[in-house]
Amino acid sequence: MSTHVPEPDTETEEETTVEQEEPLAPAREERLREKGEARADREERERVDAEKRASDDDTVRLKVFRFDPEVEGKQEPRFDDFHVPFEQGMTVLDALIHARDTFDSSLTFRHSCRQAICGSDAFFINGRQRLGCKTQLSDLEEPVRVEPLPHAEVEKDLVVDMEHFYEQMESIEPYFDADELPDGELEEQRQTRENREKVKMSTRCIWCAACMSSCNIAAGNNDYLGPAAINKAYRFAMDEREGESRKQHRLNVLEQENGVWRCQTQFSCTEVCPKDIPLTEHIQELKREAVKNNLKFW
Amino acid sequence: MSESYDRGLVEDFGRWREFSAGMWAWVFHKFTGWVLVGYLFTHIAVLSTAISAAGQTQAIAAENDVYTTVITALESLLVVRILEVGLLAVAVFHILNGCRLLLVDLGVGLDSQDKSFYASLVLTGAIVVASVPTFLAGVF
Repeated sequence: MSTHVPEPDTETEEETTVEQEEPLAPAREERLREKGEARADREERERVDAEKRASDDDTVRLKVFRFDPEVEGKQEPRFDDFHVPFEQGMTVLDALIHARDTFDSSLTFRHSCRQAICGSDAFFINGRQRLGCKTQLSDLEEPVRVEPLPHAEVEKDLVVDMEHFYEQMESIEPYFDADELPDGELEEQRQTRENREKVKMSTRCIWCAACMSSCNIAAGNNDYLGPAAINKAYRFAMDEREGESRKQHRLNVLEQENGVWRCQTQFSCTEVCPKDIPLTEHIQELKREAVKNNLKFW
Repeated sequence: MSESYDRGLVEDFGRWREFSAGMWAWVFHKFTGWVLVGYLFTHIAVLSTAISAAGQTQAIAAENDVYTTVITALESLLVVRILEVGLLAVAVFHILNGCRLLLVDLGVGLDSQDKSFYASLVLTGAIVVASVPTFLAGVF
Protein backbone atom coordinates (compact mmCIF):
# COMPACT_ATOMS: atom_id res chain seq x y z
CA MET A 1 0.00 0.00 0.00
CA SER A 2 2.80 2.37 0.84
CA THR A 3 3.95 2.30 -2.75
CA HIS A 4 0.63 3.76 -3.82
CA VAL A 5 1.09 6.98 -1.96
CA PRO A 6 3.95 8.60 -3.88
CA GLU A 7 2.38 7.80 -7.23
CA PRO A 8 0.38 11.01 -7.70
CA ASP A 9 3.47 13.02 -6.76
CA THR A 10 5.62 11.50 -9.47
CA GLU A 11 2.82 12.02 -11.93
CA THR A 12 2.50 15.70 -11.25
CA GLU A 13 6.25 16.09 -11.34
CA GLU A 14 6.28 14.52 -14.76
CA GLU A 15 3.51 16.79 -15.85
CA THR A 16 5.27 19.95 -14.70
CA THR A 17 8.53 18.94 -16.32
CA VAL A 18 6.71 18.29 -19.56
CA GLU A 19 5.08 21.66 -19.25
CA GLN A 20 8.44 23.36 -18.88
CA GLU A 21 9.90 21.62 -21.91
CA GLU A 22 7.14 22.26 -24.37
CA PRO A 23 5.56 25.54 -25.32
CA LEU A 24 1.94 25.68 -24.15
CA ALA A 25 -0.30 23.98 -26.65
CA PRO A 26 -3.84 25.34 -26.93
CA ALA A 27 -5.24 22.02 -25.64
CA ARG A 28 -3.01 22.20 -22.59
CA GLU A 29 -4.00 25.77 -21.95
CA GLU A 30 -7.61 24.66 -22.10
CA ARG A 31 -6.90 21.89 -19.60
CA LEU A 32 -5.14 24.24 -17.22
CA ARG A 33 -8.04 26.64 -17.37
CA GLU A 34 -10.43 23.83 -16.61
CA LYS A 35 -8.30 22.74 -13.70
CA GLY A 36 -8.31 26.25 -12.32
CA GLU A 37 -12.05 26.42 -12.71
CA ALA A 38 -12.46 23.07 -10.99
CA ARG A 39 -10.37 24.32 -8.09
CA ALA A 40 -12.42 27.49 -7.83
CA ASP A 41 -15.55 25.38 -7.99
CA ARG A 42 -14.32 23.14 -5.22
CA GLU A 43 -13.42 26.11 -3.05
CA GLU A 44 -16.80 27.67 -3.66
CA ARG A 45 -18.50 24.40 -2.81
CA GLU A 46 -16.53 24.09 0.38
CA ARG A 47 -17.39 27.62 1.36
CA VAL A 48 -21.09 27.09 0.70
CA ASP A 49 -20.95 23.79 2.57
CA ALA A 50 -19.31 25.43 5.54
CA GLU A 51 -21.95 28.13 5.53
CA LYS A 52 -24.68 25.57 5.27
CA ARG A 53 -23.18 23.54 8.05
CA ALA A 54 -23.00 26.63 10.22
CA SER A 55 -26.62 27.50 9.55
CA ASP A 56 -27.76 23.89 9.97
CA ASP A 57 -25.95 23.24 13.19
CA ASP A 58 -25.82 26.26 15.35
CA THR A 59 -27.30 29.42 13.86
CA VAL A 60 -30.76 30.39 12.79
CA ARG A 61 -31.35 33.16 10.29
CA LEU A 62 -33.99 35.68 11.36
CA LYS A 63 -35.39 38.26 9.00
CA VAL A 64 -36.84 40.95 11.20
CA PHE A 65 -39.01 43.85 10.10
CA ARG A 66 -37.48 47.19 11.03
CA PHE A 67 -39.08 50.61 11.03
CA ASP A 68 -38.52 53.68 13.14
CA PRO A 69 -40.50 56.81 12.31
CA GLU A 70 -38.33 58.97 14.56
CA VAL A 71 -34.95 58.27 12.99
CA GLU A 72 -34.22 59.55 9.54
CA GLY A 73 -32.93 56.73 7.38
CA LYS A 74 -35.02 54.18 9.27
CA GLN A 75 -38.37 55.55 8.16
CA GLU A 76 -38.33 53.31 5.13
CA PRO A 77 -39.44 49.84 6.28
CA ARG A 78 -36.78 47.21 5.75
CA PHE A 79 -35.77 43.72 6.86
CA ASP A 80 -32.67 43.07 8.93
CA ASP A 81 -30.94 39.70 9.02
CA PHE A 82 -29.79 38.25 12.33
CA HIS A 83 -27.86 35.00 12.68
CA VAL A 84 -28.67 33.75 16.12
CA PRO A 85 -26.87 30.76 17.69
CA PHE A 86 -29.43 28.01 18.06
CA GLU A 87 -30.01 26.24 21.31
CA GLN A 88 -32.26 23.31 22.00
CA GLY A 89 -35.78 24.52 22.81
CA MET A 90 -35.19 28.06 21.60
CA THR A 91 -38.30 30.09 20.81
CA VAL A 92 -38.65 32.98 18.40
CA LEU A 93 -38.80 35.35 21.37
CA ASP A 94 -35.54 33.90 22.76
CA ALA A 95 -33.92 34.48 19.39
CA LEU A 96 -35.21 38.06 19.24
CA ILE A 97 -33.95 38.76 22.76
CA HIS A 98 -30.56 37.35 21.81
CA ALA A 99 -30.48 39.48 18.66
CA ARG A 100 -31.37 42.59 20.61
CA ASP A 101 -28.93 41.96 23.47
CA THR A 102 -26.03 40.89 21.25
CA PHE A 103 -26.33 42.58 17.88
CA ASP A 104 -28.64 45.58 17.88
CA SER A 105 -29.98 47.14 21.04
CA SER A 106 -32.37 49.31 19.04
CA LEU A 107 -34.43 46.28 18.00
CA THR A 108 -37.79 46.90 19.65
CA PHE A 109 -40.53 44.45 20.59
CA ARG A 110 -42.88 43.84 23.50
CA HIS A 111 -42.41 40.90 25.80
CA SER A 112 -42.89 40.16 29.44
CA CYS A 113 -43.70 36.78 30.94
CA ARG A 114 -42.21 34.55 28.23
CA GLN A 115 -44.79 31.86 28.97
CA ALA A 116 -47.80 32.76 26.85
CA ILE A 117 -49.70 34.44 29.66
CA CYS A 118 -49.11 38.16 29.25
CA GLY A 119 -49.98 38.26 25.56
CA SER A 120 -47.51 40.96 24.62
CA ASP A 121 -45.43 39.18 22.00
CA ALA A 122 -47.83 38.32 19.21
CA PHE A 123 -45.93 38.70 15.93
CA PHE A 124 -46.48 37.81 12.32
CA ILE A 125 -44.02 34.93 12.06
CA ASN A 126 -43.54 33.16 8.74
CA GLY A 127 -46.83 34.47 7.44
CA ARG A 128 -48.95 33.72 10.46
CA GLN A 129 -49.90 35.40 13.73
CA ARG A 130 -48.12 33.53 16.52
CA LEU A 131 -46.85 34.18 20.02
CA GLY A 132 -43.08 34.60 19.90
CA CYS A 133 -42.65 32.83 23.22
CA LYS A 134 -44.79 29.87 22.24
CA THR A 135 -43.24 29.24 18.83
CA GLN A 136 -40.28 26.87 18.65
CA LEU A 137 -37.62 27.84 16.12
CA SER A 138 -37.21 24.17 15.25
CA ASP A 139 -40.80 24.12 13.97
CA LEU A 140 -40.18 26.92 11.49
CA GLU A 141 -38.65 27.05 8.07
CA GLU A 142 -35.58 29.23 7.62
CA PRO A 143 -35.21 32.12 7.26
CA VAL A 144 -37.64 32.94 10.04
CA ARG A 145 -39.51 36.06 9.02
CA VAL A 146 -40.72 38.17 11.94
CA GLU A 147 -43.06 41.06 11.23
CA PRO A 148 -45.38 43.19 13.36
CA LEU A 149 -49.05 42.19 13.45
CA PRO A 150 -50.80 43.04 10.18
CA HIS A 151 -53.74 45.47 10.18
CA ALA A 152 -52.34 47.45 13.05
CA GLU A 153 -50.38 50.64 12.98
CA VAL A 154 -46.67 50.01 13.48
CA GLU A 155 -45.10 52.22 16.12
CA LYS A 156 -41.58 50.92 15.83
CA ASP A 157 -40.06 47.66 14.57
CA LEU A 158 -42.34 44.92 15.93
CA VAL A 159 -44.40 47.14 18.20
CA VAL A 160 -47.91 47.93 17.01
CA ASP A 161 -50.57 50.29 18.35
CA MET A 162 -52.96 48.19 20.47
CA GLU A 163 -55.26 51.05 21.42
CA HIS A 164 -58.03 50.15 18.97
CA PHE A 165 -57.95 46.53 20.11
CA TYR A 166 -58.25 47.53 23.77
CA GLU A 167 -61.10 49.89 22.93
CA GLN A 168 -63.01 47.06 21.29
CA MET A 169 -62.29 44.78 24.25
CA GLU A 170 -63.51 47.35 26.74
CA SER A 171 -66.61 48.23 24.74
CA ILE A 172 -68.23 44.92 25.65
CA GLU A 173 -67.72 45.57 29.37
CA PRO A 174 -65.30 42.73 30.05
CA TYR A 175 -65.99 42.24 33.74
CA PHE A 176 -68.26 40.10 35.86
CA ASP A 177 -71.36 42.03 36.86
CA ALA A 178 -74.10 39.98 38.48
CA ASP A 179 -77.70 41.17 38.64
CA GLU A 180 -78.04 40.05 42.22
CA LEU A 181 -75.40 39.48 44.81
CA PRO A 182 -75.87 36.64 47.28
CA ASP A 183 -77.01 37.53 50.79
CA GLY A 184 -74.24 37.96 53.26
CA GLU A 185 -71.09 39.86 52.51
CA LEU A 186 -68.77 36.86 52.53
CA GLU A 187 -71.04 34.56 50.53
CA GLU A 188 -69.37 33.03 47.47
CA GLN A 189 -70.87 33.29 44.02
CA ARG A 190 -70.85 29.67 43.05
CA GLN A 191 -70.86 28.38 39.51
CA THR A 192 -71.98 24.93 38.45
CA ARG A 193 -69.33 22.63 37.03
CA GLU A 194 -71.22 22.38 33.73
CA ASN A 195 -71.37 26.16 33.38
CA ARG A 196 -67.71 26.46 34.18
CA GLU A 197 -66.93 23.89 31.48
CA LYS A 198 -69.01 25.87 29.01
CA VAL A 199 -67.07 29.10 29.46
CA LYS A 200 -63.73 27.45 30.20
CA MET A 201 -62.08 27.91 26.83
CA SER A 202 -63.31 31.49 26.48
CA THR A 203 -61.66 32.46 29.78
CA ARG A 204 -58.24 31.64 28.37
CA CYS A 205 -57.96 34.82 26.29
CA ILE A 206 -54.73 36.73 26.96
CA TRP A 207 -55.54 39.82 24.88
CA CYS A 208 -52.68 39.27 22.44
CA ALA A 209 -54.69 40.52 19.43
CA ALA A 210 -53.50 37.71 17.15
CA CYS A 211 -57.10 36.91 16.20
CA MET A 212 -57.99 40.54 15.57
CA SER A 213 -54.96 40.86 13.30
CA SER A 214 -55.84 37.72 11.36
CA CYS A 215 -59.47 38.71 10.84
CA ASN A 216 -60.13 39.93 7.33
CA ILE A 217 -63.40 41.58 8.32
CA ALA A 218 -61.94 43.44 11.28
CA ALA A 219 -59.18 44.67 8.94
CA GLY A 220 -61.65 46.39 6.69
CA ASN A 221 -64.09 47.58 9.31
CA ASN A 222 -62.90 49.42 12.38
CA ASP A 223 -66.37 49.25 13.95
CA TYR A 224 -66.50 45.46 14.03
CA LEU A 225 -66.03 44.22 17.57
CA GLY A 226 -63.63 41.52 16.46
CA PRO A 227 -63.21 37.92 17.59
CA ALA A 228 -61.45 38.65 20.88
CA ALA A 229 -64.09 41.08 22.14
CA ILE A 230 -66.95 38.80 21.11
CA ASN A 231 -65.25 35.87 22.84
CA LYS A 232 -64.94 37.99 25.97
CA ALA A 233 -68.62 38.86 25.74
CA TYR A 234 -69.38 35.15 25.32
CA ARG A 235 -67.49 34.41 28.50
CA PHE A 236 -69.84 36.64 30.52
CA ALA A 237 -73.06 36.23 28.55
CA MET A 238 -72.85 32.46 29.03
CA ASP A 239 -72.02 32.78 32.71
CA GLU A 240 -75.24 31.83 34.47
CA ARG A 241 -74.34 33.73 37.63
CA GLU A 242 -74.77 37.08 35.96
CA GLY A 243 -78.54 36.79 35.62
CA GLU A 244 -81.11 37.35 32.88
CA SER A 245 -81.22 41.13 32.62
CA ARG A 246 -77.46 41.41 32.40
CA LYS A 247 -77.41 38.76 29.69
CA GLN A 248 -80.05 40.69 27.77
CA HIS A 249 -77.91 43.78 27.95
CA ARG A 250 -74.89 41.86 26.65
CA LEU A 251 -76.87 40.33 23.81
CA ASN A 252 -78.18 43.77 22.87
CA VAL A 253 -74.62 44.93 22.39
CA LEU A 254 -73.64 41.82 20.45
CA GLU A 255 -76.56 41.71 18.05
CA GLN A 256 -75.86 45.18 16.71
CA GLU A 257 -74.81 45.59 13.10
CA ASN A 258 -71.12 45.50 13.97
CA GLY A 259 -71.45 42.77 16.55
CA VAL A 260 -71.62 39.07 15.85
CA TRP A 261 -73.20 39.45 12.42
CA ARG A 262 -70.04 40.79 10.83
CA CYS A 263 -68.35 37.43 11.30
CA GLN A 264 -68.20 35.54 8.01
CA THR A 265 -66.75 32.32 9.43
CA GLN A 266 -63.38 32.45 7.73
CA PHE A 267 -61.95 30.62 10.76
CA SER A 268 -58.77 32.71 10.63
CA CYS A 269 -59.05 33.67 14.30
CA THR A 270 -59.56 30.08 15.41
CA GLU A 271 -56.54 29.01 13.36
CA VAL A 272 -54.17 31.54 14.88
CA CYS A 273 -55.34 31.69 18.51
CA PRO A 274 -52.31 30.72 20.61
CA LYS A 275 -54.59 29.62 23.44
CA ASP A 276 -56.68 27.37 21.17
CA ILE A 277 -59.94 29.16 21.91
CA PRO A 278 -62.66 28.03 19.47
CA LEU A 279 -63.49 31.65 18.61
CA THR A 280 -65.66 30.96 15.57
CA GLU A 281 -67.66 28.42 17.54
CA HIS A 282 -68.34 30.98 20.27
CA ILE A 283 -69.32 33.66 17.75
CA GLN A 284 -71.66 31.23 16.01
CA GLU A 285 -73.25 30.27 19.30
CA LEU A 286 -73.85 33.93 20.13
CA LYS A 287 -75.42 34.40 16.68
CA ARG A 288 -77.85 31.61 17.50
CA GLU A 289 -78.51 33.13 20.92
CA ALA A 290 -79.21 36.47 19.27
CA VAL A 291 -81.66 34.89 16.83
CA LYS A 292 -83.42 32.93 19.58
CA ASN A 293 -83.61 36.11 21.58
CA ASN A 294 -85.46 37.99 18.85
CA LEU A 295 -87.47 35.25 17.23
CA LYS A 296 -91.04 35.38 18.46
CA PHE A 297 -93.90 33.23 17.22
CA TRP A 298 -97.30 34.77 17.64
CA MET B 1 -57.49 49.13 11.65
CA SER B 2 -55.78 52.05 10.07
CA GLU B 3 -52.36 52.03 8.46
CA SER B 4 -49.41 54.30 9.00
CA TYR B 5 -48.00 53.29 5.61
CA ASP B 6 -48.35 50.61 3.00
CA ARG B 7 -46.68 47.42 4.15
CA GLY B 8 -47.13 45.96 0.71
CA LEU B 9 -47.56 42.25 0.36
CA VAL B 10 -47.80 41.64 4.07
CA GLU B 11 -51.36 42.85 4.01
CA ASP B 12 -54.60 41.29 2.92
CA PHE B 13 -54.89 39.49 -0.36
CA GLY B 14 -51.19 39.79 -1.08
CA ARG B 15 -50.97 37.05 1.55
CA TRP B 16 -53.12 34.62 -0.41
CA ARG B 17 -50.39 32.01 -0.22
CA GLU B 18 -50.90 31.88 3.52
CA PHE B 19 -54.67 31.53 3.44
CA SER B 20 -56.10 28.58 5.30
CA ALA B 21 -59.05 26.43 4.26
CA GLY B 22 -61.70 28.64 5.87
CA MET B 23 -60.38 31.72 4.13
CA TRP B 24 -60.31 30.02 0.73
CA ALA B 25 -63.84 28.78 1.30
CA TRP B 26 -64.93 32.36 1.96
CA VAL B 27 -63.14 33.73 -1.11
CA PHE B 28 -64.58 31.05 -3.39
CA HIS B 29 -68.05 31.42 -1.91
CA LYS B 30 -68.04 35.16 -2.58
CA PHE B 31 -66.69 34.68 -6.09
CA THR B 32 -69.16 31.97 -7.06
CA GLY B 33 -71.98 33.99 -5.54
CA TRP B 34 -71.20 36.99 -7.76
CA VAL B 35 -70.83 34.76 -10.83
CA LEU B 36 -74.28 33.29 -10.13
CA VAL B 37 -75.77 36.78 -9.77
CA GLY B 38 -74.20 37.72 -13.11
CA TYR B 39 -75.56 34.56 -14.70
CA LEU B 40 -79.02 35.38 -13.41
CA PHE B 41 -79.14 38.49 -15.63
CA THR B 42 -78.08 36.68 -18.81
CA HIS B 43 -80.50 33.91 -17.89
CA ILE B 44 -83.36 36.41 -17.70
CA ALA B 45 -82.28 38.11 -20.93
CA VAL B 46 -82.27 34.85 -22.88
CA LEU B 47 -85.51 33.54 -21.39
CA SER B 48 -87.30 36.85 -22.06
CA THR B 49 -87.05 36.22 -25.80
CA ALA B 50 -89.91 33.79 -25.15
CA ILE B 51 -92.18 36.80 -24.48
CA SER B 52 -92.10 37.95 -28.09
CA ALA B 53 -92.48 34.36 -29.24
CA ALA B 54 -95.64 33.89 -27.20
CA GLY B 55 -98.76 33.15 -29.25
CA GLN B 56 -96.93 32.50 -32.51
CA THR B 57 -98.30 28.98 -32.63
CA GLN B 58 -97.25 28.29 -36.18
CA ALA B 59 -93.67 29.55 -35.72
CA ILE B 60 -93.33 27.51 -32.53
CA ALA B 61 -94.55 24.38 -34.32
CA ALA B 62 -92.08 25.04 -37.13
CA GLU B 63 -89.34 25.71 -34.54
CA ASN B 64 -88.33 29.07 -36.02
CA ASP B 65 -89.71 31.41 -33.36
CA VAL B 66 -87.40 33.93 -31.66
CA TYR B 67 -86.85 31.90 -28.49
CA THR B 68 -86.01 28.62 -30.22
CA THR B 69 -83.69 30.32 -32.70
CA VAL B 70 -81.80 32.14 -29.94
CA ILE B 71 -81.43 29.03 -27.82
CA THR B 72 -80.28 26.80 -30.67
CA ALA B 73 -77.88 29.47 -31.92
CA LEU B 74 -76.33 29.80 -28.45
CA GLU B 75 -76.15 26.07 -27.86
CA SER B 76 -74.32 25.54 -31.14
CA LEU B 77 -71.39 27.63 -29.91
CA LEU B 78 -68.48 25.83 -28.25
CA VAL B 79 -67.80 28.81 -25.99
CA VAL B 80 -71.30 28.67 -24.60
CA ARG B 81 -70.97 24.95 -23.87
CA ILE B 82 -67.69 25.50 -22.05
CA LEU B 83 -69.19 28.39 -20.09
CA GLU B 84 -72.03 26.08 -19.13
CA VAL B 85 -69.55 23.62 -17.65
CA GLY B 86 -68.04 26.53 -15.73
CA LEU B 87 -71.47 27.58 -14.55
CA LEU B 88 -72.14 24.08 -13.29
CA ALA B 89 -68.82 24.08 -11.41
CA VAL B 90 -69.62 27.43 -9.82
CA ALA B 91 -73.17 26.44 -8.90
CA VAL B 92 -72.19 23.05 -7.48
CA PHE B 93 -69.43 24.54 -5.33
CA HIS B 94 -71.77 27.28 -4.11
CA ILE B 95 -74.41 24.71 -3.17
CA LEU B 96 -72.00 22.37 -1.41
CA ASN B 97 -70.17 25.12 0.44
CA GLY B 98 -73.56 26.60 1.29
CA CYS B 99 -74.46 23.34 2.98
CA ARG B 100 -71.12 23.49 4.79
CA LEU B 101 -71.91 27.03 5.96
CA LEU B 102 -75.32 25.85 7.13
CA LEU B 103 -73.59 23.30 9.35
CA VAL B 104 -71.18 25.98 10.54
CA ASP B 105 -74.11 28.23 11.43
CA LEU B 106 -75.72 25.41 13.36
CA GLY B 107 -72.47 24.78 15.17
CA VAL B 108 -72.17 21.24 13.82
CA GLY B 109 -68.71 19.80 13.20
CA LEU B 110 -66.79 23.07 13.46
CA ASP B 111 -63.61 21.13 14.10
CA SER B 112 -63.74 19.57 10.66
CA GLN B 113 -64.77 22.65 8.74
CA ASP B 114 -61.57 22.50 6.68
CA LYS B 115 -62.22 18.89 5.74
CA SER B 116 -65.74 19.69 4.63
CA PHE B 117 -64.34 22.48 2.46
CA TYR B 118 -61.90 20.09 0.79
CA ALA B 119 -64.70 17.58 0.41
CA SER B 120 -66.90 20.11 -1.35
CA LEU B 121 -63.99 20.99 -3.67
CA VAL B 122 -63.36 17.35 -4.56
CA LEU B 123 -67.05 16.65 -5.04
CA THR B 124 -67.38 19.71 -7.27
CA GLY B 125 -64.46 18.52 -9.37
CA ALA B 126 -65.91 15.03 -9.69
CA ILE B 127 -69.37 16.24 -10.69
CA VAL B 128 -67.96 18.70 -13.24
CA VAL B 129 -65.72 16.09 -14.85
CA ALA B 130 -68.59 13.63 -15.01
CA SER B 131 -70.83 16.24 -16.66
CA VAL B 132 -68.41 17.25 -19.41
CA PRO B 133 -69.57 14.61 -21.97
CA THR B 134 -73.20 15.64 -21.48
CA PHE B 135 -72.50 19.34 -21.91
CA LEU B 136 -70.21 19.04 -24.91
CA ALA B 137 -72.25 16.41 -26.76
CA GLY B 138 -73.02 17.34 -30.38
CA VAL B 139 -71.18 20.65 -30.46
CA PHE B 140 -68.17 19.42 -32.40
